[in-house]
Amino acid sequence: MENLLNIFVKSIFIDNMVFAFFLGMCSFLAVSKTVKTAMGLGVAVVFVLLITVPVNFLLDKFVLKQGALVWLSDKFATLDLSFLSFIMFIAVIASITQLVEMIVEKVSPPLYNSLGIFLPLIAVNCAILGAALFMEQREYDNIAEATVFGFGSGIGWMLAIVAMAAIREKMRYSNVPAPLKGLGITFILTGLMAIAFMSFLGIKL
Amino acid sequence: MENKEKEPLFSAKNIKLMTNPLGQDNPITVQVLGICSALAVTVKMKPALVMAVSVMIVVALSNLIIAAMRKQIPGRIRIIVQLVVIATLVIIVDQFLKAFAFDVSKQLSVFVGLIITNCILMGRLEAFAMANDPWPSFLDGIGNGAGYGMILVIVSFFRELLGSGSIMGYPVFEKIGLYKTGYENNGMMIVPPMALITVGIIIWVHRSRNKNLQETR
Repeated sequence: MENLLNIFVKSIFIDNMVFAFFLGMCSFLAVSKTVKTAMGLGVAVVFVLLITVPVNFLLDKFVLKQGALVWLSDKFATLDLSFLSFIMFIAVIASITQLVEMIVEKVSPPLYNSLGIFLPLIAVNCAILGAALFMEQREYDNIAEATVFGFGSGIGWMLAIVAMAAIREKMRYSNVPAPLKGLGITFILTGLMAIAFMSFLGIKL
Repeated sequence: MENKEKEPLFSAKNIKLMTNPLGQDNPITVQVLGICSALAVTVKMKPALVMAVSVMIVVALSNLIIAAMRKQIPGRIRIIVQLVVIATLVIIVDQFLKAFAFDVSKQLSVFVGLIITNCILMGRLEAFAMANDPWPSFLDGIGNGAGYGMILVIVSFFRELLGSGSIMGYPVFEKIGLYKTGYENNGMMIVPPMALITVGIIIWVHRSRNKNLQETR
């Protein structure tokens, strides 16, 4: 339990997807103009991560890793399919995103309309594939750890985009130099927020 | 084929496709594509260069392949088709790096895999390769890859020079004796946030020189 909590806090604050690894920056910069859309996209990302990371974990454990196919036959004990992980992960992610898109369209048409193009683009959101690859690289022991890691990463991403959107809403009233307006100041702001997030470094529960 | 006037391979239009992304239409600073992986690999110049070349190869080849197949791909499943093509190319690049440049491949860690979700790829495929012939698409891919690589190299140049006092691993500051005058490496440049701020400054410089790129709000 302690271990799970540790992974959860670590993935939200210390290894924050946006501020420590710059993952999902494209949609982070493009959709962070208003808090409401940012919140919607954040929830969608949390949901997709919560499902894809455990599914990819199972895929990695029972199909891709060296010797993972032993449950089929002993002949496969030396078979290592991990070079296929990119293509398998992205296939899982693309299909689950499609599913989420269908659900959101059914359940909440206004949210669907405001997310627009960015919902299908979650499939190519680096944060999703990044979480799957980090999950593979860090070799989590069981599915609970992987799930908690996926959920925490999603929450961290949502926290970052909502905070950014709130700052940008307020920024409308400030006098930014013309060449820095829009993208430039957003980059510098993200950098400053990332410095603030660095203060969480070294926290262990 | 007969009555169609044949365009020279490097006509003015095609050259423009390649040079535009370097300045006016840079993928990172203007189109806001592919930032995800651009920032994490720029602590040192060597991984940044390897990353830039890998991305350039993948963008150019995937543009070429998709442009060649574009009439056969049904519209509804095009994203999956594109992802499969990209993922295959990235796997090839990844295996190649593991075989011939293992230490760099270790440093890049998951970021080679993340080329798949690099927005430049999908962006260029959707915006250009789906509507153009293979050869211009190939050049567009080379150009965008180069524009992306250029920013990577600039950012990593400053981060490595100011943060570690070296260029491509060669200790410049030590050789010219800067440390004896009391200079210290700036540790801030190595931490991730400085990559964002460096890109912000590049955008600032770029846009103050090109007034037409400035945003109104």
